[in-house]
Amino acid sequence: MTTIVLDDVWKEYDDRIVLERVNLTLDDHEFLVIIGPSGVGKTTLLRMLLSQERPTRGRILIDGEPIAPEPTHDRGVVFQRYSVFPHLTVLGNVMRGPQWLASPILGRLFGAKRRALEEQAMTLLTRVGLAEHASKYPQQLSGGMQQRLALAQALIMKPKVLLLDEPFGALDPGTRASMHTLVRELWEENEMTIVMVTHDLSEAFLLGTRVIAVDRPRTDPQAPERFGATISSDFEAKSRIVRQSRRFEAERQNARLQLISAH
Amino acid sequence: MRRIINYAPGNGTRIVLGALPFVVVLLVYLAGSNARLAIDPADKLMPAFASFYASITRLATTVDIATKQYLLWWDTALSLWRLVQGLGISALLGLVLGILIGFIPHLRAMFEPFMAAFSLIPPLAVLPILFILFGLGELSKIVLIVFGIAPFIIRDVMLRVASIPREQIIKAQTLGASTWQMITGVVLPQVLPRLIDSVRLSLGAAWLYVIAAEAITAEGGLGYRIFLVRRYLAMDVILPYVAWITLLAFLMDWGLRRLNAACFPWDRIREG
Repeated sequence: MTTIVLDDVWKEYDDRIVLERVNLTLDDHEFLVIIGPSGVGKTTLLRMLLSQERPTRGRILIDGEPIAPEPTHDRGVVFQRYSVFPHLTVLGNVMRGPQWLASPILGRLFGAKRRALEEQAMTLLTRVGLAEHASKYPQQLSGGMQQRLALAQALIMKPKVLLLDEPFGALDPGTRASMHTLVRELWEENEMTIVMVTHDLSEAFLLGTRVIAVDRPRTDPQAPERFGATISSDFEAKSRIVRQSRRFEAERQNARLQLISAH
Repeated sequence: MRRIINYAPGNGTRIVLGALPFVVVLLVYLAGSNARLAIDPADKLMPAFASFYASITRLATTVDIATKQYLLWWDTALSLWRLVQGLGISALLGLVLGILIGFIPHLRAMFEPFMAAFSLIPPLAVLPILFILFGLGELSKIVLIVFGIAPFIIRDVMLRVASIPREQIIKAQTLGASTWQMITGVVLPQVLPRLIDSVRLSLGAAWLYVIAAEAITAEGGLGYRIFLVRRYLAMDVILPYVAWITLLAFLMDWGLRRLNAACFPWDRIREG
């Protein structure tokens, strides 16, 4: 169970107010999509959830606790670019995180533990369709494959929250569609919370269970920097009760089919 | 007529064109040398290739009376050892200091301006200080090389560390990496190929400092020999020595490039 609460969050750089009065409560297993025009502070909001930046006012709570002051392994991230390590192979990239956690000095696992991790990483790579490229370097992969690798690299840490910063922005439409399906399925399978930033409206409503628009409600033509952006609309794109009843129906159907085939 | 920049040479032409300047220089030297030797057979400024050969075989195969050494090999060993020590210490300093200063914001704020100023001190101008402090032996020569090239390597490594995308560092933290793990697992591997490249670029400067130091004081070494025989106008020794130094420098550069390609295959793959 993961809940995220933003309580009256402001972000200011010197005199310039970027975000103001941001209030948000996010339940467990939501797919939150943040949309808005460029330069309005969507990414700043995501960076605060990542602890890459800190709010100047207000607080962010994860599961009721104040958010850690620096990025930690309970929040995974996929950026638009540069999310994977160029000096490691595909398999090496996926195995990197768990090895760092398990071995503080060497950052490496050996023997049986390594083989177990390798197996786990290969399962995940198979899931994202990169198993046959395991020994290649990221530069040898296409943009879509690199993003799938970045997803696998983040997912092996089993993060409570996965943050996606325009992850499909640099991909062609075909690749983007297959990535949408993959992310949707991974979100269902791993039962985690996803927060994604995009400027593509159709993408937002296709993927998100909840879509928030960030925009400036007020502007002062003489001093545009004095008013920040805030959540201007909040849509429940796929209502929780509908999702739950759908899942329940699917399970019931499954159980019925099993009963029938048993007889 | 296409524009001249749109004419690309073929493979054969490329080799011929590449070899041409070398051949021209050799021919010009031969012609000049022959003309001078025709007037004065004892001319010392442009000796014939036969006298180069004679001097080098003498230096390489006979024991020198004063030093009891085969001079060519002894000089080469002395100079190379100084060079390798100087380069090795500089590379190590560059790697350790460059990564620490480049990666840790407080160290960066403290040392970046200092390094920028320090690297502008002309090393040869402080050579007298080095001689006073460290004596006339090996130590002052190696310190001179380090003084000359370490600041460049440190700054180069710092720049490389700074150019690692911020996203990668954030990503590493979301994968649970500590500062030490990010240094060893993200920064170091990405900086190493650049370190080898900057050592390659400093080879010329390193040779300059070796020869300069040897010219002033030494008991042997390639630079020492050149400056010693200058007194006798012995061009038949100086010119082959210069060619030999050039060949050594070229081989070191080539070796380092091969090392880079062999150790860091990922660095050569560019996004298509």
